[in-house]
Amino acid sequence: MKTVFARTPTLKDCPTHYCPGCGHGIAHRLIAETIDELNIRGRTIGIAPVGCAVLAYDYLDVDMIEVAHGRAPAVATGMKRCNPDKIIFSYQGDGDLASIGAGEILHAGHRGEQITVIFINNAVFGMTGGQMAPTTMLEQVTATTPKGRAAAREGYPLQVSELLATLPGTIYIERCALSGVAAVRNTKKAIKHAFELQISGAQGLSLVEVLSPCPTYWRMSPAEAMEWIDTHMTKVFPLGRLRG
Amino acid sequence: MCGNEALAEAAIVAGCDAYFGYPITPQNEISAYMARRMPEEGRVFLQSESELAAINMVFGASATGKRAMTSSSSPGISLMQEGMSYLAGAELPAVVVNVMRGGPGLGNIAPSQGDYFQATRGGGHGDYRTIVFGPSSVQELVDCMMLAFDLADQYRMPVMVLADGILGQMMEPIVIEKKPGRDLPAKTWALTGADDREQNIVRSLWLGEGVLEALNNKLRDRYQQIEKNEVLCEQYEVDEAEIVVVAYGIAARIVCGAVHKARQEGINAGWIRPITLWPFPTEQVSKAADGFRVFLVVEMSNGQMVEDVRLAVSGKSPVIFYGRPGGGVPTVDEIFDVIKQLTLGPKTRI
Repeated sequence: MKTVFARTPTLKDCPTHYCPGCGHGIAHRLIAETIDELNIRGRTIGIAPVGCAVLAYDYLDVDMIEVAHGRAPAVATGMKRCNPDKIIFSYQGDGDLASIGAGEILHAGHRGEQITVIFINNAVFGMTGGQMAPTTMLEQVTATTPKGRAAAREGYPLQVSELLATLPGTIYIERCALSGVAAVRNTKKAIKHAFELQISGAQGLSLVEVLSPCPTYWRMSPAEAMEWIDTHMTKVFPLGRLRG
Repeated sequence: MCGNEALAEAAIVAGCDAYFGYPITPQNEISAYMARRMPEEGRVFLQSESELAAINMVFGASATGKRAMTSSSSPGISLMQEGMSYLAGAELPAVVVNVMRGGPGLGNIAPSQGDYFQATRGGGHGDYRTIVFGPSSVQELVDCMMLAFDLADQYRMPVMVLADGILGQMMEPIVIEKKPGRDLPAKTWALTGADDREQNIVRSLWLGEGVLEALNNKLRDRYQQIEKNEVLCEQYEVDEAEIVVVAYGIAARIVCGAVHKARQEGINAGWIRPITLWPFPTEQVSKAADGFRVFLVVEMSNGQMVEDVRLAVSGKSPVIFYGRPGGGVPTVDEIFDVIKQLTLGPKTRI
């Protein structure tokens, strides 16, 4: 028998704690594949956020650190400035990056830090129980917007990638999704490109935003959640390359 | 060279690989000095966007095994407490300088000792300790910086050097020389890339039942070692003293003048000057309290270290407090008058 699909070595051989239908597992695999294909495991340092992916180091077999909520870009800055030969990436959710860590990502991008950011946008705070995030869609029901998000009360969904794409310090910003096979393949391509840029020594920050399903707090089945990304999320968060 | 510049150069001599900081008075000479000197040495200087970012940059640099530091003043140090707690939890070394100013709130930019509680009680959340130095001369500031980097690496924890606006601005002749450091363990935990070894993980989240309790107890054992081995303090004429003045930092310099004046006037006065504020010289103070004498605690605050003195004295002798908060600086005569009031005055010969 011929093996056509196998675990990639940097992805650990263990079950994850993620909910059924969650996108984190797919995103982890794409990063692990990238690290293995580019043969950089021995010089890569990953940063896990506060949020559902806080235990990312249990699944990704590279040197990793877990940091305070939202501070990953500052931690990455300290690492990269002291170790320009290492490949530094942060893995952050939308609560982490777009809410409490908005200042850190903005200034890391503004300074043009040579780091790679994987930004998982599932429009909700997952780990704390499905509260509103800055990226929550209008009318989306969450634990803290029981009647749906209203622009007059909670503002509009924050398009962080568009914001970052205006900064000269960023060299590559692309928004992708995990909503189907083709979308996943595109996401893989984007993640790999972001890492390749850092490896090449390109001067600036690269970020891949990944629209990712959260069936648990979207109150949907996994299949419905995949569909909701395409039918709803991409209207506010259009896919494609925003910079670079 | 002013105290701020001297401590910066001391950090460079001590092998500091990276400095991250955000502007705040009265410590801006440190970052200006580092901005010039660190690149000359081929090391890292970066002005961060906030104190929160600065301490987290230190966190990142330290996790890769580098010697990293930041400096700030009181309001900025409050913002750094998140990072201090994470450094303690993740067992990462770091050196943090607080050139104290008046508070609370924005306070003022005058010298103060109002951050003793914050520095010695942890400051951030959780069950942890920070080694704290309270130097009282520019030379001692230099010496403490060198030791701070070694202790941070040895015990894998943040170390704070607690100065104040006067010490930071004061100019004194100093000698900065690299002394033989401690025999330090290799940083096998550092994140350097899992090249031909298993992955290293730096973390402070421990969810399993009893796992965090075990970590807390491991830290407790380490803190007890530090309390046993790392106390530094200076004592002057304590054995015969009827009054012992306890002070640290710049307040201790003023006390020194007052005690000498008192002794010239025939008053048996001495001093105890803690150099490490945590670990506190509890034993030394307790021993001095065995022979009944008055303890006078002088601080540029409304009374913070005095609580540690009272704990050490443990009711064996009276403890009196004299403080000047909010940027007030006592004079030698002011403290001398207090000493005189608390004693029987100059001994008269019959």
